[in-house]
Amino acid sequence: MRVWAIAVNTFREAARDRILYSILAFAILLIGASVILAGLSIGQESKIVKDLGLAASSLFGAFIAIFLGIGLVFKEIERRTVYVIISKPIHRVQFLFGKYIGLVLTLLVTVGVMALLVVTLGWLVDGHWSPGLLLAAGFDFLALMIVTAVALLFSTFSTPTLSAIFTLGVFVIGRLSGDVRLFAEQFAGPGVGQAVFAIYLVIPDLARFQIGSQVIHGLPLAPADLGQSAVYGVGYILMLLLLAVAIFQRRDFK
Amino acid sequence: MEPVIEIRGLSKEFRVGFWQRRILVLHPLNLTVYRGEIFGYLGPNGAGKTTTLKLLTGLILPTAGSARLLGQDLAEVGTKRHIGFLPENPYFYEYLTGRELLDLCGRLFGLRAPVRLERIASLLHLTQMDEAADRQLRKYSKGMLQRLGLAQALINDPQLVILDEPMSGLDPLGRKAMRDTILHLKNEGRTIFFSTHILSDVEMLCDRVGILVNGRLQDVGRLDAILTTRVESIEMTLEQVPPALLAALGPLAQGSVFQQAGRVLVRLPDEARLNQALRLSLESGARVLSVAPQRMTLEEHFIREVQGATP
Repeated sequence: MRVWAIAVNTFREAARDRILYSILAFAILLIGASVILAGLSIGQESKIVKDLGLAASSLFGAFIAIFLGIGLVFKEIERRTVYVIISKPIHRVQFLFGKYIGLVLTLLVTVGVMALLVVTLGWLVDGHWSPGLLLAAGFDFLALMIVTAVALLFSTFSTPTLSAIFTLGVFVIGRLSGDVRLFAEQFAGPGVGQAVFAIYLVIPDLARFQIGSQVIHGLPLAPADLGQSAVYGVGYILMLLLLAVAIFQRRDFK
Repeated sequence: MEPVIEIRGLSKEFRVGFWQRRILVLHPLNLTVYRGEIFGYLGPNGAGKTTTLKLLTGLILPTAGSARLLGQDLAEVGTKRHIGFLPENPYFYEYLTGRELLDLCGRLFGLRAPVRLERIASLLHLTQMDEAADRQLRKYSKGMLQRLGLAQALINDPQLVILDEPMSGLDPLGRKAMRDTILHLKNEGRTIFFSTHILSDVEMLCDRVGILVNGRLQDVGRLDAILTTRVESIEMTLEQVPPALLAALGPLAQGSVFQQAGRVLVRLPDEARLNQALRLSLESGARVLSVAPQRMTLEEHFIREVQGATP
């Protein structure tokens, strides 16, 4: 109940913040604009609408995860609102999990709105439903949950500016993780190769959650791969949260 | 008497700067506060008052020592169930309304919805915040935030109320309301531990005080015991004083003799000199307007303690 109370409060904060609506409005505008762009192509309209739509949803979801995530804990300490909370009978773990769940809920609503919009536009353009798009959006959401956990982790010990830079870095490298691995295996020298491979192992592999193009182009998806990705995602999130808890437990609120 | 706060050797060290230099902000502190007391925790700015209060509420972790609140160890989260805390200059989520904040606090105490509703209504009434309850906190004045802060500190019907500078930044009316509420809480059988540097409030409220200077507890005791142990001097006010009397009083007085608007004020060091001065005055036909023993005020005591502790 205490975790839920913190989560609802975090959601409420985001829901009463104009920034969220500006990002969402911009995302919807871009997704809508994909219809115009699709009109320029011949025979590929629905693919372009879906592809652009999913990409926009993913990108703006990441913006929200990063820019709300980096302030999750830092802002509470900086604005001293944490005093009122931690002086109540609540474990610091509960507070941290509550903050995380609150932002994930915010993302769920915003990404959900964007995904439904993409599915609806896809239906309007080619006349039939593609529920696979929701699966793609779902996996993208799991990737965003990892990004949120990364932002939360940095937020427990770093300033928002640094956290933003770090999280953005993790996001970009994570999305390109396939290329990082390829680089480590094929191009880099022996010492550098190992270092780059270590980066590949530490940074979350966000690329594996990008199944939009397979869905859109009707390529087969192996359920085992999907299951593995889901387990990987959840495990990675738990690891990040535990690390954040370990740091947050020992913090003094000066 | 049943102890409510038992602090044993509690100390706190902060690390500052690039080299993580250690600073002991609270020297090992031993202090006991009993049930039903209003305990004033005094000290100049930077003495370590807020540090102590943050240690007691789990906002910072002690370097050494321990404390028991209401018989339970500080380190256990459940200890806070019966404690109310008002931070200094409380900062709240400004996007919430007053009612929403109180509801959030009630949820953190695990209170059920009917209990929360009832407590929120009665606390809004107690702190005279009924009208502003559904406004966002960003539109509150400082006094309103302080009152709401008190309300959130009482949402769990606490046995121990810890207040950090509850009067700071309040206007005279606000301070009176806060004093009345603190006394009201004492009458309900609660224990109140509050930090302040406003001494007049302490004189009006506290059963006992502790004086903290540079992170060290200098003095603990009953206010009346600290202040009324001895008469510092006796002040006598006279009217219609002939010049001869004025000259005679000079050697008796402690310091100089003050004259203003036909009145004369003489400060005498002890009773023997007072008797002498009174006899001379009556014989010379002057009117004695008042004779008042001057006891040490808390302010003087406080300044003496602070100066004594500062090298």
